[in-house]
Amino acid sequence: MAAQGSKLAPPSADKRWKLVDATMRKAGGNAHGLIETLHTVQEAFGFLDEEALRYVALSLRVPLSRAYGVATFYHFFTLKPGGRHTCVICLGTACYIKGAQHLLDSMRQTLNIAPGETTEDGEVSLLTARCLGSCGLAPAVVYDQEVAGKVDVTSLRTHLEKWARHDS
Amino acid sequence: MTLEELEEIARREQDSQRSIPQSVNVCVAAGCLSCQSDAVKDALTKEVTNRGLEHQCQVKGVGCLGLCSEGPLVSVSNGPLYQHVSSGDAGAILDSLEGDPVQHLLCPTDTPFFQRQKKIVLENSGIIDPERIEEYIAQDGYRALVTALTEMTPQQVIFEITTSGLRGRGGAGYPTGLKWSTVAKAIGKQKFVVCNADEGDPGAFMDRSVLESDPHRVLEGMLIAAYAVGASEGFLYVRAEYPLAIKRLKTAIRQAERLGLLGANISGTGFNFHIELRLGAGAFVCGEETALIASIEGKRGTPRPRPPYPAMEGLLGQPTLINNVETFANVPPILRNGGAWYAQIGTEKSKGTKVFALAGRVRNTGLVEVPMGISLREMVFEIGGGIPDGKKFKAVQTGGPSGGCLPSETLDMPVEYESLARVGSIMGSGGMIVMDETSCMVDVAKYFMEFCMTESCGKCIPCRVGTYQMHRILHAITDLSATDQDLKMLEELCDLVKHASLCGLGQSAPNPVLSTLKFFLAEYRAHVREHICPAGVCSQDVLEKVEA
Repeated sequence: MAAQGSKLAPPSADKRWKLVDATMRKAGGNAHGLIETLHTVQEAFGFLDEEALRYVALSLRVPLSRAYGVATFYHFFTLKPGGRHTCVICLGTACYIKGAQHLLDSMRQTLNIAPGETTEDGEVSLLTARCLGSCGLAPAVVYDQEVAGKVDVTSLRTHLEKWARHDS
Repeated sequence: MTLEELEEIARREQDSQRSIPQSVNVCVAAGCLSCQSDAVKDALTKEVTNRGLEHQCQVKGVGCLGLCSEGPLVSVSNGPLYQHVSSGDAGAILDSLEGDPVQHLLCPTDTPFFQRQKKIVLENSGIIDPERIEEYIAQDGYRALVTALTEMTPQQVIFEITTSGLRGRGGAGYPTGLKWSTVAKAIGKQKFVVCNADEGDPGAFMDRSVLESDPHRVLEGMLIAAYAVGASEGFLYVRAEYPLAIKRLKTAIRQAERLGLLGANISGTGFNFHIELRLGAGAFVCGEETALIASIEGKRGTPRPRPPYPAMEGLLGQPTLINNVETFANVPPILRNGGAWYAQIGTEKSKGTKVFALAGRVRNTGLVEVPMGISLREMVFEIGGGIPDGKKFKAVQTGGPSGGCLPSETLDMPVEYESLARVGSIMGSGGMIVMDETSCMVDVAKYFMEFCMTESCGKCIPCRVGTYQMHRILHAITDLSATDQDLKMLEELCDLVKHASLCGLGQSAPNPVLSTLKFFLAEYRAHVREHICPAGVCSQDVLEKVEA
């Protein structure tokens, strides 16, 4: 248990911890800043590992169980590192009505992984989204941060092949 | 900032806009951006520079132009609207400024999609640059705030809102004026104003669009609310999945602070108000107000029983006003034009306009703002342009996972809070998804149940276990292996979950099932008794596919 006012040392000398510390400082080292801090960790490191959760929990003086509870409650947080590329298939209502399920089924087959998983070679993570709000472009897919609209199985496969080619 | 200073900024901005006669506005809201409208904007800017037209024509990024399915959209000031524009069209568009419009890009605007709309919340969308406060001020922005602060008492502000008849746009339709006066009367050390921008309904993007297209309007609404109820701190809880909205809100907050419209001693009146952004982290239940408060406090977003209502005991145990984005966005125009003006629009019990995100199997998909009381038929067949590919209309879904599927018999019903509730749906936040004969209603019910099951926070058992059991039965029905007994059980579960759940998520989770059972029972029966799916969506191998 950290004594009042004392500052914990970050888990490593990695400069990204400074960002995390800054967020916690902004929240006054208060437990209210837990979600904000986890956002910063995930933005900086890509995911939340046990080391990060322990450090944040200790610094904000919340039980590790609460930090873990929050990290697993919200879909946005991930405890596993993602692949080099991410493919997010929107499963919002408009996309579903326009066949997003077929897109997902075809991706599961092609990549041989379930949503939320990463291919064995660490190349591609397959994710689903509740709704991107790009309903006018349904069905929508996000390839590495870039939203593509009116996607079909062919264009999805083409994009995967493009990724594979670039890496070879 | 006094009214005179505000007018001075508006005048300067209007003068500078007038000094450049032409303006080419490129939609840079999320819909068009995902069709690379930023590249179109860059190409146009470059072309203007190449031709040395900087003093004759400005290229501007603006908020949502509405017809998202035809993007990227470009509008020429006092000129035509262009659709499906690509970077290569930049030259042609600039050529057309002095002559005839570019025929092959023309988007007809004499259609009901554009003509039937009445824009109040979206009045600046597609007109102003959302990243410049001056443009908002030039459209009378922040005028309502400064007037309220300097010339009105908080009671007068609440009176105008009450007179307007405005009701919560988050879906439940609670009278806004009543909510404000409850918080105003509540006693606490400190009061909070919270804007709920955790737009979680799949198929709804109204709030995102408002935040991306006109962020200052929401800030101004929050400021006026804070003055009316006596709050000094505000939180804007926005989905982390909306990076563009977050970016523009950050910019807007910074700009408002710099001009002294946000922060300490606003307009020299001694009124202080700060707004902090809080990012959601992907939990649908956080749209429920007590769960949202828990989330702002850095906890898991689980709701708690009410009362006490947040108006009495909310954030950190203090009186808290929570309204949705669209509700706040309605406030500045109401104060500018008076509550009575707003009350003229709409129906007896549902005043004003409502923004809908029209999507699904309909020709025109995008964002529309219509007066309350318009019929569903007008929405789908006139504004929406009907069903494409010669297919037949089957249902329109409102209210997302908490709403219902309405069949063609209900199409002539007016869109208002009460009438939608009467037929088993809700107004909801404004998602409107059209389905044609290729959609299976049982499959749609299963889709929403899967959503509610996953999003149930797990705190109360009726919702946690009930949604799971209902999903299991719906799965069996779509797998064509269910029996009449299952169907009966499904109905009983609907009743149980609806009446025994803790919060709105569970209480409304059965709505998609109940409404489809009510209007499309024959489809359920065909699955159960004849083992066929009339729409041809469900088959026995569905299960294998999911488990494969």
